[in-house]
Amino acid sequence: MRYLPQTDADRSAMLARIGVPDIDALFADVPKGKLVTDPHGLPRGQGEISVERHMNRLAAKNVAAGSVPFFVGAGAYRHHVPASVDHLIQRSEFLTSYTPYQPEISQGTLQTLFEFQTQVALLTGMEVANGGMYDGSTATAEAILMARRLTGRAKAVLSGGLHPHYRDVAETISRMSGGTHEAMPPAPTAEEDILSRIDDQTACVVVQTPTFYGHLVDLRPIAEACHAKGALLVAVVTEVVSLGAIESPGAQGADIVAAEGQSFGNPLTFGGPYVGLLATRDKFIRQLPGRLTGETVDAAGERGFVLTLSTREQHIRREKATSNICTSSGLCALAFSIHLTLLGSAGLAKLAAINHANAVRLAEVLATVKGIRVLNDTFFNEFTIRVPGNAAEIVEKLTQRGILGGVPVSRLEPDRPDLADLIVVAATELTTADDRSMFAAALAEVL
Amino acid sequence: MLNTAERSRPTQPAPISADDVEAVGKARGIRNEEPLIFEVGRAEVSGVDLPEPETVTSRLGGLERKTELGLPGLSEPEALRHYVRLSKQNYAIDINTYPLGSCTMKHNARLNEKMARLPGFGDIHPLQPLSTVQGAVDLMQELSHWLMTLTGMEAIALSPKAGAHGELCGMMAIKTALAARGEDATRTTVLAPQSAHGTNPATAAVLGYRIESIPARADGTVDPEVVKAKLGPHVAAIMLTNPNTCGLFEPDIIAIADAVHAAGAFFYCDGANLNAILGKVRPGELGVDAMHINLHKTLSTPHGGGGPGSGPVVLSATLAPYAPVPFIRMENGAPVLIEESVHALEGEQPFGRMTAFHGQMGMYVRALAYLLSHGEDGVKSASETAVLNANYVRVGLRDVMTQPFGDRICMHEALFDDRFLEPHGVTTLDFAKAMIDEGYHPMTMYFPLVVHGALLIEPTESESKESLDQFIETMRGLAARAKAGDAASFKTAPHFAPRRRLDETRAARQPRLRWRPAT
Ligand SMILES: Cc1ncc(COP(=O)(O)O)c(C=O)c1O
Repeated sequence: MRYLPQTDADRSAMLARIGVPDIDALFADVPKGKLVTDPHGLPRGQGEISVERHMNRLAAKNVAAGSVPFFVGAGAYRHHVPASVDHLIQRSEFLTSYTPYQPEISQGTLQTLFEFQTQVALLTGMEVANGGMYDGSTATAEAILMARRLTGRAKAVLSGGLHPHYRDVAETISRMSGGTHEAMPPAPTAEEDILSRIDDQTACVVVQTPTFYGHLVDLRPIAEACHAKGALLVAVVTEVVSLGAIESPGAQGADIVAAEGQSFGNPLTFGGPYVGLLATRDKFIRQLPGRLTGETVDAAGERGFVLTLSTREQHIRREKATSNICTSSGLCALAFSIHLTLLGSAGLAKLAAINHANAVRLAEVLATVKGIRVLNDTFFNEFTIRVPGNAAEIVEKLTQRGILGGVPVSRLEPDRPDLADLIVVAATELTTADDRSMFAAALAEVL
Repeated sequence: MLNTAERSRPTQPAPISADDVEAVGKARGIRNEEPLIFEVGRAEVSGVDLPEPETVTSRLGGLERKTELGLPGLSEPEALRHYVRLSKQNYAIDINTYPLGSCTMKHNARLNEKMARLPGFGDIHPLQPLSTVQGAVDLMQELSHWLMTLTGMEAIALSPKAGAHGELCGMMAIKTALAARGEDATRTTVLAPQSAHGTNPATAAVLGYRIESIPARADGTVDPEVVKAKLGPHVAAIMLTNPNTCGLFEPDIIAIADAVHAAGAFFYCDGANLNAILGKVRPGELGVDAMHINLHKTLSTPHGGGGPGSGPVVLSATLAPYAPVPFIRMENGAPVLIEESVHALEGEQPFGRMTAFHGQMGMYVRALAYLLSHGEDGVKSASETAVLNANYVRVGLRDVMTQPFGDRICMHEALFDDRFLEPHGVTTLDFAKAMIDEGYHPMTMYFPLVVHGALLIEPTESESKESLDQFIETMRGLAARAKAGDAASFKTAPHFAPRRRLDETRAARQPRLRWRPAT
């Protein structure tokens, strides 16, 4: 086996040194009869050639997004990742290290995390950010738990513009952890009366912008209403490229921002691994979950970085910790950070402008298709269309014509017949004018 | 014969003097000091060339960004240097032994990286039509089959994103099963050994459970009689790590499982230490109800400086119905991905959803590539070798270091305490920092908490005998130095790392968690 360096002679010598007759003597504590003696009926080991062949065959059964006109978004976005990002994250020193428990030999990871935290804070308009969560949905769930601890209240009000998977994750954790939640009905149009739901039992209001359906939300009145009742505003962002064009949640009064960072540096990969962002105000840091990197000095007075404020964390505080999170999304956070470093303010502003322009053009051309209605007044790079008929069937027909034409809302809201004619469609910098016109033409054909 | 050009070039070094020469700048040879991107980047610089956007009428509805982003940009060559220089300040498995106990820092095969980057895996969207991702669903099913077969368990929830997330998933399944029996309100306590990893009590606490600690026996294992005494109608579950965090296989695990079940409670097994027994023992045959498998440990998906991980949870028949969405159902011999609870059939009662989309596909690809490469024979020999290596290290060090539970065979990690250091005024931390000077990442220190000044060494199966011999020799040398009374050299270690010892107290007292412009 190419990954196991020992020869048989090594093994014998080592067993002799240990003073046992054979390997199974090392497993003497395993209860009688519980050592596996019968084969599992699984394949035997293979070399690279046959493993690659097997994997290639499986991969070939999937349609890669880059091989077709592609308009699928809804919480994960196909963006261009600069070549140097994937090269850098495969450096052995980043790829094959772990959580920086020994700071003297982990300054690479620690400094990049410190930079990541700063970038996330700047992007979201918040004062402080942690070193990353698993993904946007679990970051949102943690934001709710954090708001409950901060306010001493149990209820989370979830906007109908929240991604349905995020809502389901939040509902699951609320129900299981002794909290309560009130989920507003899905909001395919921009209207939603969330202000009337905020009361003095409310720990937080969770609002996504742009919403799952693509609408931009003015967070300021919601923040004001929350604060008037002593509640916190949790802003959720699933498309972080939008923050290059839209006013940050922090500047609009959000108390906690939970976001999906995949759009920077991370490929689609069928939904994971991604990286969750969690940012807040300085005064709330003691309740922030996850790793935090801080600046300090070493014994020689040189600047250096360490994991800090660990008294929030499970390995120190155990059942009194702010969260159970341990391993997070380090390498995805690094990819995010490298991509954002390459972009800078100027590059990000331009990237956001391209995304928006391409989506506007897409909306224009789709609106010319007879029977199609664009539901959005406002959007960034994604919006919702109403089709005459069953959206899932139409998307399937488009697929047969080689076009991945968005997400039928019914896939995530199967028990809402009133939403069965809606498709969420996205454009990014990778969407071409040809893609757009092929989409419109195919849509006209299948209707 | 020398050619003329070489004639004036010295080919032998001058003898070194005892005095250190100071470099003019901050660099030390090929080790560079690297500023923050905020100190070198410029807002107008970008390392990405993008086309001009088309001119359109904005649909941003007056919510355009007005505050400055303030994100520094770097050109591509500057960015490359920044990150390459920083990378060189990191220790890594590819550099040397990484004996971080409980973390299974084994070799990360590059084939697995290559496979995860095939466009058919890396460039597929979680919500593109299911008819266009059958290969992905097939792969999830194939991985599930391996994991369920090797562990002897009935069902699996793939989606949890790391070990702790898997714990949460498994405990939620248990909570749901108890609710189905009408016992959720009364079973409010979770038992966990004192030696448990912090995530175990933290997970139980998220779900509102009261945690009751079980003390260890003098030999580091759990006494079934002690468990029995703590069981009752108020107990929901026991969370037990096996092999345990002291690196020992719990010999009475079946008696414990039986007692737990007899009391109407569930057995959650923390599978972090599966690398000792995968292919050798099926946890399902030990009475486990739920167990997470850290793909980033046992199945070698890279640790990446702290993730991403992946923590699929295998479930017993009793808990199988409650697996969260998404899950895979076999229909006419083909795997189908069930994404929403409303599509559940009789006998499927998903408790909810752990995460958006379908979990860590990128890690599933790597894990399956690992399993196919090893085969069931290779998986077994990996476990055997991991245990062999740990015992070889233990035996190589037992006369100079101290074992907390006597001289007994261990599983895949060897645990020592600080009794061999204490009389000499050296702490476990000091010892760890001295290891850095010798070119090693230290072992896990001060965990498990039940052992004073714990030093938990997990060499993994990736180390050759030569590499272990060298490690043992180094550790013996350090132990001898401590014994010789040279505490001072430990106190100031590390001397040869990119940084000397860092001031953690200052970091916590005056938190600087981000860069801010100098005012
Ligand atoms: C014994 C044990 N349990 C649980 C965990 C948590 O796993 P993760 O870090 O993947 O969340 C770890 C690892 O860090 C561990 O060592």
